[in-house]
Amino acid sequence: MSNKKSVPPGAGRNDDVEERVKDERSKRAAADEPTGFSRRDFIKGTGLASVAVSATVLLGDEVAKAAGKAQGEGKWIGPGPVDITLRINGQARKLQVEPRVTLLDALRNRLDLTGAKKVCDRATCGACTVIIDGKAHYSCTTLAIDAQGHDILTIEGIASEDKLHPVSQAFVDNDAQQCGFCTPGFVMASKAYLDQEANPTYEGVQKALGGNLCRCGTYMGVRRAVLEAAKKGGRA
Amino acid sequence: MDYKWPAADKRELIGKRISRIDGPWKASGRIKYTYDVNRPGMLYGRMVLSPYAHAKVVKIDTSEAEKMPGVKAVQIIFDEGKEVLWAGQEIVALAAETEEQAEEAVDKVHVEYQQLPHLVLDTTPDKAGAQYTKQLTEKATGNPATGFQEAEVTSEGRYGASVITHCCLESHGQAMEWEGDSLKYWASTQYVSGVGGEVGEATGTPASKIEVITPVMGGGFGSKFAADTWGVACAQLAKKTGRPVKMMLERDHELMVAGARPSMYADVKVAAKKDGTLVAWDSQSWGTGGPASGGAPPLPYIWQFPNSRVKHTAVLTNIGPDRAWRAPNHPQMCAITMCAVDDLAAKLQMDPYDVFMKNIAMAGRSTPSFHPPKIYAEELAKAAELFDWKKKWHPRGQSGPGPVKTGVGLSIHTWGGAPNQSDCAVTIRPDGSAAVSMGTQDLGVGCRTVVGIVLAETLGLPLEAVTVNIGDSKYPPGGASGGSTTTGGVSSSTRYGAVQALNQLFAKVAPSLGAQPDQLEAFEGKIRVIGNPSKSISWKQACAKLGATPITATGKTFRPLTSAGVGGVQMAEVSVDTETGVVRVDKMVAVQDCGLIIDMKTAESQVYGALIMGVTYSLYEEKIMDQQTGHCLNPNMEFYKLAGIGDVGELVVHMMTGPGYDDRGVIGLGEPPVISPGAAISNAVANAIGVRVPYLPITPPRVLAALGKGGMA
Amino acid sequence: MQNFAYASPSSLNEAIGLLDAKWGQTAILAGGTDLLSLMKDGGDDCSRVVNIKGIGELHHIQDENGGVRIAALVSFDQLLGSNVPSHYPAIGEAARGVSSPQIRNMGTVGGDLLQRPRCWYYRGGYGLLAMDKGHSLVPGGDNRYHAIFGNEGPAYFVSPSSLAPALIALQAKATLHGPPGPRQIPVEELFVIPKAEGEREHSIRPNEILTEIAIPADVREWRNATYEVREKEALDWPLATASVGLKMEGGKISAARVVLGHVAPIPWRSRAAEQALEGKSLTESTAAAAGEAAVQGAKPLSDNGYKVQLVRVAVKRALLRTKEGA
Repeated sequence: MSNKKSVPPGAGRNDDVEERVKDERSKRAAADEPTGFSRRDFIKGTGLASVAVSATVLLGDEVAKAAGKAQGEGKWIGPGPVDITLRINGQARKLQVEPRVTLLDALRNRLDLTGAKKVCDRATCGACTVIIDGKAHYSCTTLAIDAQGHDILTIEGIASEDKLHPVSQAFVDNDAQQCGFCTPGFVMASKAYLDQEANPTYEGVQKALGGNLCRCGTYMGVRRAVLEAAKKGGRA
Repeated sequence: MDYKWPAADKRELIGKRISRIDGPWKASGRIKYTYDVNRPGMLYGRMVLSPYAHAKVVKIDTSEAEKMPGVKAVQIIFDEGKEVLWAGQEIVALAAETEEQAEEAVDKVHVEYQQLPHLVLDTTPDKAGAQYTKQLTEKATGNPATGFQEAEVTSEGRYGASVITHCCLESHGQAMEWEGDSLKYWASTQYVSGVGGEVGEATGTPASKIEVITPVMGGGFGSKFAADTWGVACAQLAKKTGRPVKMMLERDHELMVAGARPSMYADVKVAAKKDGTLVAWDSQSWGTGGPASGGAPPLPYIWQFPNSRVKHTAVLTNIGPDRAWRAPNHPQMCAITMCAVDDLAAKLQMDPYDVFMKNIAMAGRSTPSFHPPKIYAEELAKAAELFDWKKKWHPRGQSGPGPVKTGVGLSIHTWGGAPNQSDCAVTIRPDGSAAVSMGTQDLGVGCRTVVGIVLAETLGLPLEAVTVNIGDSKYPPGGASGGSTTTGGVSSSTRYGAVQALNQLFAKVAPSLGAQPDQLEAFEGKIRVIGNPSKSISWKQACAKLGATPITATGKTFRPLTSAGVGGVQMAEVSVDTETGVVRVDKMVAVQDCGLIIDMKTAESQVYGALIMGVTYSLYEEKIMDQQTGHCLNPNMEFYKLAGIGDVGELVVHMMTGPGYDDRGVIGLGEPPVISPGAAISNAVANAIGVRVPYLPITPPRVLAALGKGGMA
Repeated sequence: MQNFAYASPSSLNEAIGLLDAKWGQTAILAGGTDLLSLMKDGGDDCSRVVNIKGIGELHHIQDENGGVRIAALVSFDQLLGSNVPSHYPAIGEAARGVSSPQIRNMGTVGGDLLQRPRCWYYRGGYGLLAMDKGHSLVPGGDNRYHAIFGNEGPAYFVSPSSLAPALIALQAKATLHGPPGPRQIPVEELFVIPKAEGEREHSIRPNEILTEIAIPADVREWRNATYEVREKEALDWPLATASVGLKMEGGKISAARVVLGHVAPIPWRSRAAEQALEGKSLTESTAAAAGEAAVQGAKPLSDNGYKVQLVRVAVKRALLRTKEGA
């Protein structure tokens, strides 16, 4: 809405920041090997149906290195695009984002990992839920740059492409989805819960999914699905 | 072979609990919704919205925005000199390389407005004033004056329901890509076969050059029939830039403009004989659906009072336009009517169940194929049994000691559900594959699965052996999915097309079985002679006889396989904390008919979902407007509240099947079960606390106000 | 969201050095659920963001001489997994009230205390004090979720913190680190009612970082509880809450703290309720009397009179809850 205030360019100490930023970026540019890799490449390279995109995939040692290279060394970076590496579904993915870009937007717009959905975009509805270091997080209010150095699991990573994860299977079997737009978020929140809880209860399921909303009204199926998934090895 | 539905003992798939066939796509997160479309070189669209609820657009200056980094095109979509009628109305659309750049550029579009007076309060016609009101109906049946005179008990009350929104989780929007003069249009729509024409008209493109693609969509509930301003603008941006453009509504925009259910309130007077016989109704109703007046609700709902007088006045406001909200007007009319009758029952000191049964002959109008009194009577009895109504009901306010009171309430509802017009093409290929293609869409209700079940059942094949192609306008045109019309349309069309195709196949294979084509049937993967199952040929072998030419047959909605008119009964049990006003729904029972049920599993899900949506609008949902600024105060999911998984109690669904139901043919189910929850829950609250909370949603402030605990002691 | 430069320091001193002496320049990022939502709504225009999660020393819970020190970046999940809730049920109940596991995993103790109000005029772009053409929009608008105490104006929003009432009831102290070094203040004094546009609802300075909350040893034996009135079980803001701490001596209440949440621009201490309890034994009727005392001086706006009743009940129920398991 247009009644939002926006800071005019150059206001306050922005110039100073610009200077520092420029300085920082030129230093980094000198230090870093050019990757020959830009955000445009991402956008151009993304296919429609395919989950695999043109992100560079690092393996072995490089994964470890990428993980260790946490965010910045206490100096300003950005506000322009910066190179980051995210460990997503066990693979190191390099991309360029402005610091303000959320993990959700990075996944969806840059990596074509669109299982996590953008719905409320304000840490309320849970459609964007991913698992970070084993715990359910809202990716809409996590900065991509801040997710470096952590293990990010998206719904695309919980099962191979030709298989359904037991939680997903239980959602199918119990018709715990209608339009399906909230479903990946529910599956991920359920998985995070089941990974920590071997003997889920009805009450426990209600509490574990208190951060997810559905509009079609699939909660009956979801309750049954999570309890059933636990019995059928949902902790896989 | 005949078109009619197979007899109950011959149904292999129809009526069984079958998991939706697109379930794995969704539960794995792999299917691409419109919002998920990423095309090479795709731009992101954003829109400039009016900050005023009513204003004249004086000047639009896009020059600064055009120079912003990443901006590739700017499209003015609102004319200077015209008036915006609600905050959030779209003025300019633009497209940029990234979403962030598009957002920044929006702030650089300068629009000069001349503010005009607005009304966004959901208020009475008196307070709104003449310039904001429009009287729509005033009519009488029977002799209301005499009716009230002759009545023995009269109850008066005010009832109603606030404005709510659709809040589809996938917001409105689309992705578009031109290839020469052809357009690919990924739409989140309830009308795959229709929205292309709308965009075509606006861009001078023949509809045949526009392919609308909607494999799945993230909720519509009646708000996604049109291409909308953003659809047209997106096509223009894509054309200007020569690049794909995706433009989805931000959540605040979605809640401000992309769908609202009109409010409805009424001052009601209702009267009966001492024995509970309903004799007279009088209602003065009003409500707002935004700047347009909408339709006049036919009150009273269901009950055919011998004497009635109704008057409805629309309040015209600048809250944004209304859109068809699942069972348009019915939930509001139902709440007004069933709550008024419930209050009358309380005044009669009667169990409302008995009052409903007493008047059952007055429940709805019969048609040759629909006899509501019979259906309601059967459903009320079934619901009472599942709910244990007679044991749970107590006179108003006699719930027992302690601050938390429990109560029960009931309601009945109706809907049409006649089929839409859906065409299809059924193909049987020499390799044994069978497919149906139709330009319909699956909103999440299970349409794709229903189509597959009907095709497989008809061809005597397992569900896995058939292919369902829907959600693309290149297929034969399907109707819009609204008003619970889809299931009747697609199932009868598929049946029709499949029978035609099968008869062609029978003609090919009949000689080899030494029989006439009309002596054959398809069953369990074989084609066999009726009454002589040993004379059979496998489906594969039969299809192989086609040589090189596949069979193609077209299907159309076939009304004899469908019907219209359903009933439905719901009962609710609530706990009300009379010290805090917090209401919890402990249990709901829904008993619902919808003719022949194709897939029991997804049918039940529709009803569960409707109950949950009903709990949500009964207790939480409200579009809250601010008269000072003209803005919606809660265009977010934090204060536009939806029930979570812990907020809905135990839900029991019973679908009416068997003789008297199945033999009616297929009837739509989407709308009816969402109608009664408001009334049933409101009645349960009244039963618990002894007083009526007049309006939905029943929030703690409203409960405490009804109890006289609203302010200081 | 406005673009910003970003830093992720690994030490406290380094982080403090990156902050500004004025508000509106540099924001501190912890869990992010509030800050990023606010920035998306255009409610925070900071051109720099300092992510403090990389500071190792801000993640621990430490028992100390009968008290406990909770570092600012301890998540709600971590807090609930510690022994804090068993010692201080008031804190546990408040933390569990945030009924989204995702928020409990992301949200931090410091972030909860320093999150910004949810007033819909503020979030809708009208500034913290909801000013339009020189007057607040709240009294003449929809104020169902606004303040009934401390609402002389121009601030009418309510403090959104879940933990603050409980921490104040337990006499917790907050440590703030700024360029001159650390200072410790009662958590109660972290909150102030702004009187003019540009002022904040927190007393923390723009170049300070909240590093720790300490609950003193002498409240370890206090009975304590929190009661939240919430419309929904799923993630939702409470309509009103009460946290209480009671020192019991010889079956009587010798000292009491009663702190209300979501009813005033700051966590609202009800001294009248505290006085009503002191010297009494805890019964249904003394609890009800304290609830009654707590609403003294309430000044409801046009749409929030119901909160008076909620305060009455929340105080009574929180007090009676202290007897459970005691």
